[in-house]
Amino acid sequence: MAAGVLVVTEIALGKPVAPVYELLGLAGRLAAGTSGKVEAALLGRGIEGCASDLIARGAERVYLADEGALADYEPERWVARLVRIARESGPAAILLPHTTLGADLAPRLAFRLDTAVAAGCVEIARDSGRLLFTRPCYGGSFRETLSMRTAPAVATVRGGCHEAAARDPRRKGEVVRVEASTAEPAPRMNVVARERTVSDGMRLEEARVVVAGGRGLEGADGFVLLAELAQALGGAVGASRVPCDLGWCPHSMQIGLTGKTVAPEVYIAVGISGAGHHMAGCGNAGNIIAINTDREAAIYGQARWGLVGDYRQVIPPLIAAIREIHATARKSE
Amino acid sequence: MRIAVCVKQVPNPDTPAAVFRVDETARELVLPPGQPLAMSPFDEQALEAALRIRDELGGTVGISALTLGPDASRSVLKHALAMGADEGVLLADPALLSGDSYATALALAAAVRKLGAVDLVLAGRQAADTDAGAVGIGMAELLGWTAVTFAKEVRVAGATARVTRVLDDGLETVEAPLPLVVTVSNELGAPRKPSLRETMRAARKPVAAWGAGELGLAAQRAGAAGARRVRERLFVPARESHCEFIAGATPQEQASALARCMRDAKLL
Repeated sequence: MAAGVLVVTEIALGKPVAPVYELLGLAGRLAAGTSGKVEAALLGRGIEGCASDLIARGAERVYLADEGALADYEPERWVARLVRIARESGPAAILLPHTTLGADLAPRLAFRLDTAVAAGCVEIARDSGRLLFTRPCYGGSFRETLSMRTAPAVATVRGGCHEAAARDPRRKGEVVRVEASTAEPAPRMNVVARERTVSDGMRLEEARVVVAGGRGLEGADGFVLLAELAQALGGAVGASRVPCDLGWCPHSMQIGLTGKTVAPEVYIAVGISGAGHHMAGCGNAGNIIAINTDREAAIYGQARWGLVGDYRQVIPPLIAAIREIHATARKSE
Repeated sequence: MRIAVCVKQVPNPDTPAAVFRVDETARELVLPPGQPLAMSPFDEQALEAALRIRDELGGTVGISALTLGPDASRSVLKHALAMGADEGVLLADPALLSGDSYATALALAAAVRKLGAVDLVLAGRQAADTDAGAVGIGMAELLGWTAVTFAKEVRVAGATARVTRVLDDGLETVEAPLPLVVTVSNELGAPRKPSLRETMRAARKPVAAWGAGELGLAAQRAGAAGARRVRERLFVPARESHCEFIAGATPQEQASALARCMRDAKLL
């Protein structure tokens, strides 16, 4: 019975996105003690250099397809190539990060391989030979554990739920090139425009501190104050769904079930009630700090510290206090 | 042109989670009697996308609403007809129920084939209960069509659709030839409310009910028998946190106390 795990690599700015390292860590734990290998599929253009990085993170074999036609994610070409890789690798599971790319690609791949998909998993475990996939459902309020009757199981995994594989340059692995076939499928859709939301440089998913605002901000202006707090902490700004839908901030800032998943060391939730669909995107943060006028808000149930008050009155002195602590620390160095 | 919109009946997403009970043996959520059911919000937005296309292109656009679920799902079709869909299709055959994304996509794809001459299938990006997001894409795979996901806007000109997609870091506009499946995201905007006129008309609109036999699906491929995913467990996630409330007579005092807590925990 197949026991290997194949990780599909998503690339941004020329290197694997952080969740890929978490998937390699998870794959290593799932394959440990079995005959299965940890393998990675690496598709793109000018990404050959990433293969050694994936090996250093635990991939024993990297299937590499490095060519112009794969430069940007395009489902037809990517799925066709991944189907060939999956047939050659024959894994028990194929793991993808639960990003827009992963959520688009995983169901296509699963149906093309005539198998099934578990989306947005927070945990995958091996239980007497079979794999169990745990994922939030019902808007994040409940969790279900799934098993699969067909193989390979395809799963997308939320970021911040698993420890990343440590980098060890002494690790050895092989690189297998998967060249284009003679019957390469043609793209069925054509990208005519792309509009990137320019953030202040820091990727929300990789920030150590995230300051997020919700409906309780009562308007777009609140995000100016949140940005100032984030800057004082060296962090990034996010939001729950309501402010995005109301146009107070761009959708690229949305954290939650239908937005991004973050797991920073510190998550400051301002004016956020703590509904399940939001917590599905930040529940794995190291320390949640909640600032809300409603003492009964559900967010306090998941917070380490709670501050009941009006953010407009609390955040300016908080910024001042943080700056003062930073200044004192610098003086004593 | 004909648009098929897939809609699912779910517990009203505004219902607080505490109202539900988990039946550990049946591995199902139990909704107390009297709690409202609703159309999954993403599906409502998919229907809104279809209605906007009809608003733009005029009377030549026909909209069919499809649902797979128990008999009670008839009420989401009624809602779809009241919003402006022209006809409903109910897949309530017990043989089709309790499946997974695969079995559901299989039945809905068969229904689209049976409808015939469908140019565009619209579905929510995910259902508000299972949150899986696989049925729409799966239908495209089974029909051999293209799927375009996470749409914020869908427009049709001639035999081509132009779709603006929501990405992790911005937006992307793609063009794809019909027939096509598009999954719609919440960024599309608020769906319209049923008007009195449409609600009155809705009662006279046709609703077909098809079973596995009419869809040409063998029993072992449909519903629970055809499912590839098995729910082993359903549970409420444990909360480990114990919240310490920050004291202080003024916002300044609270802010200073919070900053000290963060400093002492070496988080600054």
